[in-house]
Amino acid sequence: MTELTLVQAVNRGLRVALSSDPDVLILGEDVGVNGGVFRATEGLQKEFGPDRVIDTPLSETGIVGTAIGMALYGLKPVAEIQFMDFIYPAFDQIVSELAKMRYRSGGQYPCHVVVRTPYGGGIRGGLYHSQSTEAYFAHTAGLKVVIPSNPADAKGLLLTAIHDEDPVIFLEPKRIYRSVTGEVADGDYRVPFGKATVVIEGTDVSLFAYGAMVPPTVEAAQTLLSEGISAEVVDLRTLVPLDEKAILASVEKTGRAVVVHEAARFCGFGGELSAILAEKAFYSLKAPITRVTGYDTPFPYALENSYLPNPARIAHAARTAARTQ
Amino acid sequence: MAKAASSKTESHGLADAFPEERIVELYRTEVLARVMDERCLTLQRQGRIGFYVPLAGQEAAQVGSGYALDPSDWIFPAYRELGLALVRGVPVKSLIDQFVGNSADLTKGRQMPNHYAFREQRFVSASSPIGTQITQAVGAAMAAKKRKDPIVTITFFGDGATSSNDFHAGLNFAGVFAAPTIFFCQNNGWAISLPREKQTLSRTLAEKADAYGLPGVVVDGNDVRAVYRAVREARARALAGDGPTLIEAQVYRFGPHSTSDDPSRYRAEEAVRKAREHDPVVLLQSELIRTGILTKDSDAKIWEELKAEVARAIEAAEKTPAMEPLSFFDDVFAQPTPALEEQKASFEQLVREGVLRP
Ligand SMILES: Cc1ncc(C[n+]2csc(CCOP(=O)(O)OP(=O)(O)O)c2C)c(N)n1
Ligand SMILES: [Mg+2]
Repeated sequence: MTELTLVQAVNRGLRVALSSDPDVLILGEDVGVNGGVFRATEGLQKEFGPDRVIDTPLSETGIVGTAIGMALYGLKPVAEIQFMDFIYPAFDQIVSELAKMRYRSGGQYPCHVVVRTPYGGGIRGGLYHSQSTEAYFAHTAGLKVVIPSNPADAKGLLLTAIHDEDPVIFLEPKRIYRSVTGEVADGDYRVPFGKATVVIEGTDVSLFAYGAMVPPTVEAAQTLLSEGISAEVVDLRTLVPLDEKAILASVEKTGRAVVVHEAARFCGFGGELSAILAEKAFYSLKAPITRVTGYDTPFPYALENSYLPNPARIAHAARTAARTQ
Repeated sequence: MAKAASSKTESHGLADAFPEERIVELYRTEVLARVMDERCLTLQRQGRIGFYVPLAGQEAAQVGSGYALDPSDWIFPAYRELGLALVRGVPVKSLIDQFVGNSADLTKGRQMPNHYAFREQRFVSASSPIGTQITQAVGAAMAAKKRKDPIVTITFFGDGATSSNDFHAGLNFAGVFAAPTIFFCQNNGWAISLPREKQTLSRTLAEKADAYGLPGVVVDGNDVRAVYRAVREARARALAGDGPTLIEAQVYRFGPHSTSDDPSRYRAEEAVRKAREHDPVVLLQSELIRTGILTKDSDAKIWEELKAEVARAIEAAEKTPAMEPLSFFDDVFAQPTPALEEQKASFEQLVREGVLRP
């Protein structure tokens, strides 16, 4: 075990994958000499060489398109998109090609690429260094969508992603890249997809969160506890595949659900989660399902703290739900 | 269609000579850009602004090109074009307001520093995604042509942007539709940590124009007159109906990519020191003193005056009230949707109940 920050855990995960499998390689902008703008790939080019940690020209479609070609040929490319906000030049390659390659070839051409990208607000990044658009990808059949919230999961889920058989969009909560540390298992540590974790157990209300929203949700639960409300915090970890069993079990126990994400509200992942709960846990519900989310505006620079869900907003929603009998 | 030429445009004889009588004005603008750059880097270090993208090394490229334009021409900038904004007459205070994100900021505190929009100066809103402005400049040029307006559009982008989708699409469309546009590439040697020679195997960026059937020109971006003439020439071609030109202004990025960047990780200080021997501001300064247009004293006075002007603007911007907290709900649509109204109301409610501090 080693105490690591989240970004260090990503780095260690990549390092383990590169050392254990010669087919693994990394490509992206500024990932080599510079070690990535967030230092996620720090030291890797020095250790594994420029053929395995590749600095590319400035073209996301180039990065993902060539990664797809490499994967078709049998390699295991890990593509880095510098910020999730800059993934759109590659959207066509991801949505039209990567997601559909296995299906459209009748299973002849599985296409396994991991696309890693930092997402989310809270770093004074304004419109284009803050977005959280996981819903676009979760909506696209054929993509797995993974969002760790702590160092151990970052490493464990990343190694699972790299050795998975399907394309994975791996979203890294850059706001907590360095603010959270935790014990991380050494070596080839893996966390399975499709398994949510109960971060805090509770009986009155279930709070569902993922990625950078887990720490403020935990903080909200702690506040609630001091008020005599027992909130359960569930970290989804992977949106696709989704651990429906854990979600339903929690709401069957508490009867109340609050869904938290920093992405905009309308057609955000919370809508899907709420629909699942309405369809499958309706008779357990004692209060309306509520969402605490970003607003339906682009992401503002100077007023980002107003935009982002915070412990106060989360606790308020949970309190309101818990008081409903 | 002009024959492709990678190093020269055909001369139309329309481009006028460099306006020597304005050289001190151009120099002053370069100095103002330099002074602001240095002050803003300090403000960022002191936490008084959140971020900053320096332009040091690119002053002559921006000032020379900016002065070659007509005020009616439209500019589609990237995020490094502070000098250009100054040429267009954007007040220093307006720029600082944007960096601070206060209530006078024309982008209403929504964008990171350097991502301006100045409609009055025909300086179109800049975004962060690389290259996206290139095709937009072409479209605006096509529109101006359709309306028979005697203007050109010009788009500014970096060496890295030549790898973007929009660079390809933009040059291709502009060629096919003979759009009256100018592609002004500031090749500053770097796209964050990626050196120019790893961005593309092409010997020059200008020669990429050949493939699209356009003229491409390489110009020394430290030479304000050369830049001016290249843009005048391209402008004249565009207005004559002969379509677009790609100009590669060769400059060097003296500073970090942005205040988030640490260039010591990927480049040697020695290269920067060498490049600084051709510092465009210093080159023009020495020339003006050598030729007696300025004296050491009159030059020092220019710097002092501009430093004082910038200091006053900073003070005023910092005294300007902060952005109104609920303003981030505005401008999503011309009229807010009912859902947005509801979200805004729920936000206000949370503030009233004391759950949120605005
Ligand atoms: C589509 C896209 N990908 C990646 C980035 C991250 N990024 C910001 S600036 C930059 C380098 C740009 O280099 P260049 O075009 O040469 O312009 P310069 O910054 O040198 O002026 C990169 C990779 C981005 N903003 N947009
Ligand atoms: Mg550049």
